[in-house]
Amino acid sequence: MSKTDVSRRGLLKTGALAGSGLALPTIFTAQSAHAYTNEPTGSSVTLGFNVPQTGPYADEGADELRAYQLAIEHLNGGGDGGMLNTFSSKALQGNGILGKEVKYVTGDTQTKSDAARASAKSMIEKDGAVMITGGSSSGVAVAVQALCQEAGVIFMAGLTHSNDTTGKDKRANGFRHFFNSYMSGAALAPVLANAYGKDRKAYHLTADYNWGYTTEEAVRSSTEAMGWETVAAVKTPLTQTDFSSYIAPVLQSGADTLILNHYGGNMVNSLTNAVQFGLRDKQVNGKDFQIVVPLYSRLMAKGAGANVKGIFGSTNWHWSLQDEGSKAFVRSFGTKYGFPPSQAAHTCYVQTLLYADAVQRAGSFAPCAVAEALEGYEFDGLGNGKTLYRAEDHQCFKDVLVVKGKENPTSEFDLLEIVEVTPVEQVTYAPDHPQFSGGALGTCNNGA
Amino acid sequence: MKSLTKNDLTLLVAVAFLTLFAPFILNPFPEGSAMAQFNAGYPDLMQRFVIFGIFAIGFNILFGLTGYLSFGHAAFLGVGSYAAVWMFKLLSMNVIPAIILSVIVAGLFSLLIGFVSLRRSGIYFSILTLAFAQMMFALAYSVLTPITGGETGLQLALDDPRILGSSQTPEGNIPVPGLFGMEMRDSFDLELGSWVFTFNIGYYFCALVLIASFYLAIRIFRSPFGMMLRAVKSNQQRMNYTGLNTRPYTLAAFVISGMYAGLAGGLMASMDPLAGAERMQWTASGEVVLMTILGGAGTLIGPVLGAGFIKYFENIFSKINATILHEWFAFLPDGLEDFIVAILYPFIGKGWHLTLGILFMMVVIFLPGGLVEGGQRIRSWLQARKSKNGRPNGTTEPAE
Repeated sequence: MSKTDVSRRGLLKTGALAGSGLALPTIFTAQSAHAYTNEPTGSSVTLGFNVPQTGPYADEGADELRAYQLAIEHLNGGGDGGMLNTFSSKALQGNGILGKEVKYVTGDTQTKSDAARASAKSMIEKDGAVMITGGSSSGVAVAVQALCQEAGVIFMAGLTHSNDTTGKDKRANGFRHFFNSYMSGAALAPVLANAYGKDRKAYHLTADYNWGYTTEEAVRSSTEAMGWETVAAVKTPLTQTDFSSYIAPVLQSGADTLILNHYGGNMVNSLTNAVQFGLRDKQVNGKDFQIVVPLYSRLMAKGAGANVKGIFGSTNWHWSLQDEGSKAFVRSFGTKYGFPPSQAAHTCYVQTLLYADAVQRAGSFAPCAVAEALEGYEFDGLGNGKTLYRAEDHQCFKDVLVVKGKENPTSEFDLLEIVEVTPVEQVTYAPDHPQFSGGALGTCNNGA
Repeated sequence: MKSLTKNDLTLLVAVAFLTLFAPFILNPFPEGSAMAQFNAGYPDLMQRFVIFGIFAIGFNILFGLTGYLSFGHAAFLGVGSYAAVWMFKLLSMNVIPAIILSVIVAGLFSLLIGFVSLRRSGIYFSILTLAFAQMMFALAYSVLTPITGGETGLQLALDDPRILGSSQTPEGNIPVPGLFGMEMRDSFDLELGSWVFTFNIGYYFCALVLIASFYLAIRIFRSPFGMMLRAVKSNQQRMNYTGLNTRPYTLAAFVISGMYAGLAGGLMASMDPLAGAERMQWTASGEVVLMTILGGAGTLIGPVLGAGFIKYFENIFSKINATILHEWFAFLPDGLEDFIVAILYPFIGKGWHLTLGILFMMVVIFLPGGLVEGGQRIRSWLQARKSKNGRPNGTTEPAE
């Protein structure tokens, strides 16, 4: 072909241009001017809110986003200040963070680790976010946490309950305020033993993924320590919507307690099935048959309707708490949106304040400085009583709530009642506890 | 070896130009302006453009040429990612061995799945591939958690062996994937006035792979083998009656496109060392079908365009939220502003699927040949206009 010559030259030209294009910026590179990733140089600072806006946890994501917007408003000095007034640290002045106005960008995690990472990456690379927060599933939290570690920004986890987030997958740039499976087990077991006795036979139905495994392990080991016996633990596929075939064998097994290690839609369906099968009216081993749900959320309680009445579970926080911090938060959230916040909203709001406060105290947005300010930090007034951000694994240690489905709910938000506030000492564990072994924090990364 | 025809060469040069200058092309709006929202020239998205472009090119070799519609192609992408991440964990952080292994592993899986699925054609073939892919997704998500990391995804850790590399950097962090010392995530910023252009090493690596894959696809399309595949599409029965066994050809096409998917998966893991099971879900398989049809099935450039289109929507439109809309329309009176925002809101942010769906429907209804057909129509329209305007009186007038 005679034309090949010309085009080859064209190709070479293109290559040469591209080459010079590549080489040129090394002269003008602006990268070295920054001490750490996305150092805010202007009058504002950008935070990235990465929440599920589509998919199974979209409702929780929407509530998280509301909480973030509220937190930004309060940080910038708007609204009634919310928990800033009750927070034990008074570093924040209501004039942004370090005098910089706080701005935010949002993204959709779709509750998929890939999508969540893509969205977090675009926040870091395109929008210049110095901190990423949010999420409503442990898989996403772990994935985004690892990304933030690599990129050199801080990750403040949203709703994530699996032990792994601050266990085997912990990272130096990641922090979790939410409680975890171990804490649920440790808080629930004594309450269950009191209510149902110490010689129960438990049957576990466990969602077949990481969070399910760690929750089953946690609940199992703490109830067995109380004298319960585990008859069987059956894994159910995450996509299961009809659990009848899993419920039927429960009665034949001789178990008198069913523990549903399910979350979200799984839990709504499995609990509904169990109740429809009449499990709760049965008598086994001379005892009333009981059902337990280790992790409760308001949205799940709403989905399961009347079936949750009298069923025990645990939560991180509940809007009916009567301490000053919770009251202030519920008040400003309610004023702005017209209904009380969920536990997901609470943890996200608190995480934002904690980050802002740490930056303020450290005097810098540099991730390592922020991490140092958060590690081993003790605070109060954010709704869970005295809380410690433990340095060894970046997990918050605070009181855990054991709740029960309310018998006579007064509104669609008033579905759970607090049975006991389990003191922090009872849910604290050693950093090298076997349920959390296998990971390493590494060192904090400032990026470049 | 025959050289390329002029048309194909133009196409290849065009693709090379578009990919190599993407940092400029995708960042048309100055930093800080209101339109900067629509800039797509940041490394992660550019990488995604070319990686999904490769994926779609490979898919098109199967679907566009043979007409076999695989609904489980994401499985090979996922398998490729897992293979690459395991290579990073065990061998070294160099991307070359990782990508080679991911192509090989994806090839083996596609050989196996293709061998079984290609016994049927049409909808039965689609359902079989879909079933295999969903099976692999379910396995990766739960049963095979020790190998795949389950829901959390397979990640690197500080205590991975990495025989030919170091387990951790001197600073105590996990090393990042690189190519003989060049880190994939390194980028240079070029500031020209208020424009900022980012040149990322990982992106250029992917871009070179895309150009190579595109060249390979051209060769396959123009080869006798490609002709055979097209014959399978137009009438497989007739070919069978002439005594020709088409199975080896279709199987080869299936394996090649599976290897393309594995290559894309390996690149994905090289850019971002994590492999999640969602990559193998049927929605991901459906996405590549959409990309190919949207761009134009059976054309060379179509799938690349389709991939870019969908990824742009997913990453740019999904990030526009109500606050940004209010900012845009702030100049309007309050009532009108709220009204316009209320109308637009369902189509942006989390509603990006809706916008994409509408566009997809319009393309399928009005441009059955995809975006490529749209381009062709515009070109022929322009040519027709030129030839009509060109010689109204037969002479050329000098411009004034």
